[in-house]
Amino acid sequence: MKIKSERDFWSGIMFTVVGIGFAVGATNYSMGASARPGPGYFPLLLSVILAILGGVVLFKSLTIETEGGDPIGSIAWRPLLVIVVGITFFGAALPRLGMVITIPILILISSLAGDEFKWKGVLVNAIVLTVFSWLIFVAGLKLTIPLWPTFLAN
Amino acid sequence: MDLINNLMLGFGVAFTLQNLLYAFFGCVLGTLIGVLPGLGPVATIAMLLPSIYSLDATPALIMLAGIYYGAQYGGSTTAILINVPGESSSVVTAIDGYQMARQGRAGPALAAAGLGSFFAGCVGTIIIAAFAPPLTELAFKFGPQEYFSLMVLGLVGAVVLASGSLLKAISMIILGLTLAQINTDVISGTARYSFDIPELTDGIGFVVIAMGVFGFGEIIANLGMPAEHREVFTNEVKGLWPTKQDFKDAWPAVLRGTALGSVLGVLPGGGALLASFAAYTLEKKMAGSSGRFGKGDIRGVAGPESANNAGAQTSFIPMLTLGIPPNAVMALMVGAMTIKGIQPGPQVMTSNPQLFWGLIASMWVGNLMLVILNLPLIGIWIKLLTVPYRFLFPAITLFCCIGVYTLNNNSFDVYITAVFAAVGYLFYKLSCEGAPLLLGFILGPMMEENLRRALLLSRGDWSTFMMRPLSAGLLLAALLMVVIVMLPSIKKKREVAFVED
Repeated sequence: MKIKSERDFWSGIMFTVVGIGFAVGATNYSMGASARPGPGYFPLLLSVILAILGGVVLFKSLTIETEGGDPIGSIAWRPLLVIVVGITFFGAALPRLGMVITIPILILISSLAGDEFKWKGVLVNAIVLTVFSWLIFVAGLKLTIPLWPTFLAN
Repeated sequence: MDLINNLMLGFGVAFTLQNLLYAFFGCVLGTLIGVLPGLGPVATIAMLLPSIYSLDATPALIMLAGIYYGAQYGGSTTAILINVPGESSSVVTAIDGYQMARQGRAGPALAAAGLGSFFAGCVGTIIIAAFAPPLTELAFKFGPQEYFSLMVLGLVGAVVLASGSLLKAISMIILGLTLAQINTDVISGTARYSFDIPELTDGIGFVVIAMGVFGFGEIIANLGMPAEHREVFTNEVKGLWPTKQDFKDAWPAVLRGTALGSVLGVLPGGGALLASFAAYTLEKKMAGSSGRFGKGDIRGVAGPESANNAGAQTSFIPMLTLGIPPNAVMALMVGAMTIKGIQPGPQVMTSNPQLFWGLIASMWVGNLMLVILNLPLIGIWIKLLTVPYRFLFPAITLFCCIGVYTLNNNSFDVYITAVFAAVGYLFYKLSCEGAPLLLGFILGPMMEENLRRALLLSRGDWSTFMMRPLSAGLLLAALLMVVIVMLPSIKKKREVAFVED
């Protein structure tokens, strides 16, 4: 079997796996009857449909010709990992380290995802954005965001 | 006459200083993101949702609405000046608009876009005001069967717009519906798919998914591509006004575009995008051999621009009267209303008339502001495009992160966003559309509730959906849409039209 469309092939796999996963999970909840549907009714229905559709997409990807084989192309690993790490860092750091420390570090980390990294630009960007964020979110919109690290505030 | 009274009430609300300020802010912000490619109204509204908590409902919705069509205006500016459509609905404008700019006629192109859009906006406002009450009457006749069928129609309509494989778009909708099943069942109180994590018992916030898939997924994808060169024509934007001949050529196109947009915008899944493509095709057909489409015909700018603005306005109608969002942006607005404790649906008009009519009136005000903003201030907007991406994307990342965190002051939401950032990139690589997923996700709980209620009422009889005339009609319309889209001739046109996306 030759994969005629790489993107559709992996899409089909994704849908089928997720569908089966949710379907298995749905069996843990009572189905009820048609007249009184239980909590598992709709999830099971949906996940089975999803798995079937995934199967169809998979089938099509193996049989229907596309030009160029629809390749996935290169995966941008660096931006992907940097951004994911950056967001996770932000989630962990903000409540503990406060905005004033977390934001510049976030800017630093995310700037690593780009093509060029020049210290001066990144630092200026970090300072500008920290001040800007304080202005908009804390002063302007009055949101409760910790500014300083917890050990300093106490 | 009721219409006048309602509009007067609306304008009274819209012209308070606070609401004017929020409308202005929304328009400016909307134009900004419309001008910047890579950041769309979905991600921005998602980012601003947390700050809605501190605002009143009416100013908040006015601002969000301003962002929505501000983005339409901004997108056409960049489409014309540098052939980079800032918004998906400006793709068509770029075709002839950019050609006009290259011939030194950027001024008339921008003016045609701006004025055409303004006219369409005015007409759109009147249509909303006129049709909202009768539609609301109709909505009261809706039972759970009708709501369910209408949502099916809405989801199918959304698929028509998806630029890729129809099958994958439907799969994405189902995936969205399925993801929404991670929650606590309303009727029985069972926590589903929560894996004993307390935060998951309320489900994944749709803002989280929106930001992860649309905001971050887009950023990662952009960073994966090498930077390209772009010519900029800002230095030569003189002679802003079109010639008499231009006016003569353009105004019938504006009228046709407005009519087309008003009708298509109301359809579920419709809105600005579909309208602009349809208008371009219409203008091309009508001009026949005398047109210079593809080489800078002003009708190719005026028609689609009017259509997309009219469509943007009328797409509010299903949301305001029935509570059913026709596209991803409206879905977020429904979310915003829910956050403010307003149950979107036919009763909004009677229970919150200030909100309802104030929102409609401020749309017109917003259109006026946008014409004033865009025409003279073009130079400033374009300067923004010269900010290097390496400064922009950390800023966008930051605002998205802060936005998600402030939803619940909870880091868990941020971690889930990180997961969805990766998922969003996965979708991008696999050519799976994010918008159908988001729509399905937001409509999921509503659909389930109505389905179960319908089945309860009919004691398990599935044919109840076809036995009630309204419901049957809606389901048939959905089926019809699927069939039409699958016909080979339309399939070809769809592929050609969506080639830019």
